[in-house]
Amino acid sequence: MIYRSHVLVCAGTGCTSSNSLRIIENFHKKLEETGYDKEVQVIRTGCFGLCAAGPIVVVYPEGVYYSHVKPEDVEEIVNEHIIKGRPVQRLIYKEHDESGVNTTLNDSDFYKKQHRIALRNCGMIDPENIDEYIAFDGYKALGKVLTEMTRDEVIDTVIRSGLRGRGGGGFPTGLKWKFAKAPESDVKYVCCNADEGDPGAFMDRSVLEGDPHSVLEAMTIAGYAIGAQQGYIYVRAEYPIAVKRLRVAIGQAREYGLLGDNIMDTGFKFDIDLRLGSGAFVCGEETALLASIEGGRGEPRPRPPFPAVKGLFGKPTLLNNVETYANICQIILNGPEWFASMGTEKSKGTKVFALGGKINNTGLVEIPMGTTLREVIYEIGGGIPNGKKFKAAQTGGPSGGCIPAQHLDVPIDYDNLISIGSMMGSGGMIVMDEDNCMVNIAKFFLEFTVDESCGKCPPCRIGTRRMLEMLEKITSGKGEPGDIEKLEKLAYNIKAAALCGLGQTAPNPVLSTIRYFRDEYEAHIYEKRCPAGVCKALLQYTIDPEKCRGCSLCARKCPAGAISGEIKKPFVIDPAKCIKCGACMEACKFGAISKK
Amino acid sequence: MKTLKELEAIRQKTLNELNLRKNREDGIRVVVGLATCGIAAGARPVMAAFVDEVNKRQLTNVTVSQTGCIGLCRLEPIVEVYLPGQEKVTYCKVTPDQVGRIVSEHIVNGNPVMEYTIGNFE
Repeated sequence: MIYRSHVLVCAGTGCTSSNSLRIIENFHKKLEETGYDKEVQVIRTGCFGLCAAGPIVVVYPEGVYYSHVKPEDVEEIVNEHIIKGRPVQRLIYKEHDESGVNTTLNDSDFYKKQHRIALRNCGMIDPENIDEYIAFDGYKALGKVLTEMTRDEVIDTVIRSGLRGRGGGGFPTGLKWKFAKAPESDVKYVCCNADEGDPGAFMDRSVLEGDPHSVLEAMTIAGYAIGAQQGYIYVRAEYPIAVKRLRVAIGQAREYGLLGDNIMDTGFKFDIDLRLGSGAFVCGEETALLASIEGGRGEPRPRPPFPAVKGLFGKPTLLNNVETYANICQIILNGPEWFASMGTEKSKGTKVFALGGKINNTGLVEIPMGTTLREVIYEIGGGIPNGKKFKAAQTGGPSGGCIPAQHLDVPIDYDNLISIGSMMGSGGMIVMDEDNCMVNIAKFFLEFTVDESCGKCPPCRIGTRRMLEMLEKITSGKGEPGDIEKLEKLAYNIKAAALCGLGQTAPNPVLSTIRYFRDEYEAHIYEKRCPAGVCKALLQYTIDPEKCRGCSLCARKCPAGAISGEIKKPFVIDPAKCIKCGACMEACKFGAISKK
Repeated sequence: MKTLKELEAIRQKTLNELNLRKNREDGIRVVVGLATCGIAAGARPVMAAFVDEVNKRQLTNVTVSQTGCIGLCRLEPIVEVYLPGQEKVTYCKVTPDQVGRIVSEHIVNGNPVMEYTIGNFE
């Protein structure tokens, strides 16, 4: 069916939670009412990437890019744009800088600098329609592999592309495939790690929601390369949309004979099933993940033997992350040299980052390796809201570290990030401004890992808890000289002794904040002061007698009865009674109350 | 089960349907005036005829899009054709049965159908 116009509405998790399904429903209703439903097609897509501007609607062929659309705006879009050809100016996306010009999707600063490989189809196709995936070269790579390439040629192509694991470790993907092919075994497995657990990372979810077939196709190619007939995708149950679209995609692929016996009439047999994880962070660790697929407790085990030798059900197993798989088909189609031409010497291709925190363009960006943090934050990310100053960016989630302002111009790749005390991780990037307390941030990430520690090995189970207690002590104003040194010593011991990646990297947020923001730790311990004004126990609310008019409003608002004074004379706060709730500061009409 | 050949057929067919989602700056643009005046004068069937014809001939470098009132309401339906590097050509009082000629002579072969253009009406 040929339509004259396509209306693409984002139905990723972000936009869905701000009501984009109602928008789709309204479009269908309105188009039917006006008799345009035969001329205009409404498509639900995956994530466009610019989640901060959601819900997003794009109208083709003009490519008009609407942001922050509400269900009630649909009527105006249909009446004006669809029927009369007049795009609704007030809803068109505007840049953050002064220019404020209306832009189409591809002209915006956010998209211009990106290079989309893993996200190429997200926001372009209907993820629940296999034909649309096929139209954009889907299953072409699989056809090429099955009919023209030997197993070794496939592996060699992946090796030469220089692709490294996108889940965090950065191990060369091609080598992993080679190791998984090497052992002789009648049964092997191909697994996909879709247990994206880092707070602030959501690229795997977006790929699964927006382009599920790309992962299925790549896993099938991997199955051919290493000699496996069964694949498992281990996906979080907290990603209901991703799970649903994967189920639909697997069903369609089976129907087309792209999964199952005798794929494309070549005699090759491969199938994929889903396994749902229940949200334990440690299950992102490979041995714990495999244990969980087997139905056991999600606990890691010592390596070697590596999964490539003895993995799922004791058989040789290949395990890659979602984003890694999403690159494979493009590498097969365009050649390894094409992929290796992007990026830095040791990190090839592109990487998806999930921008979050204090940044204007919250969302997903895919950039060539070697792009600087400054470009990501200020050019693509649109800078920091309210004119605040950049303080640090946290990459790699609870396993990573902070990158301070002096390293803004370091090209981002696996090795550079490690050398400045952080790591790539899965690509979460949380931006912090001057209002964030670094000690408190370290505490936040440690709370997460303490919570998620599986408890198998003592360094992680006991050690991280002791570290958290020390941080709690420091942020509550009870820090003592020597605490920083104790923290550092314990951190290094945990890193050396923990069983798996979770424990080995858990101290990183603490170590990197001590490395770059030692002065903040010292201010907390020696001066009992929180420079960013975050740690409640260290705050002091005071009333400036010059500015106070003695209106008594603050005293009436104070829930602890800590403020006293006479009408028309300056009031005072009793620090012993003050619970530091900030109610007085909000109530004061004269700006007389300050915290420090 | 689908063979490679069948997949290629699906690809071609769907690609035609998805063609308008592609961002092409160097392609040919056909713009139909679809304001109240255009619609009243019968621009919707004209638009549909262009979409049909372009698809039938698989002209993947042609975008058929709409615009608001062009300003010459008495000559609607108005269609503007932009060939890269050339001045636009404006057709007036276009009817669906003229579309085939405009596509074959102008868009495919590069010769504007002079008798339908604005010069003949003004």
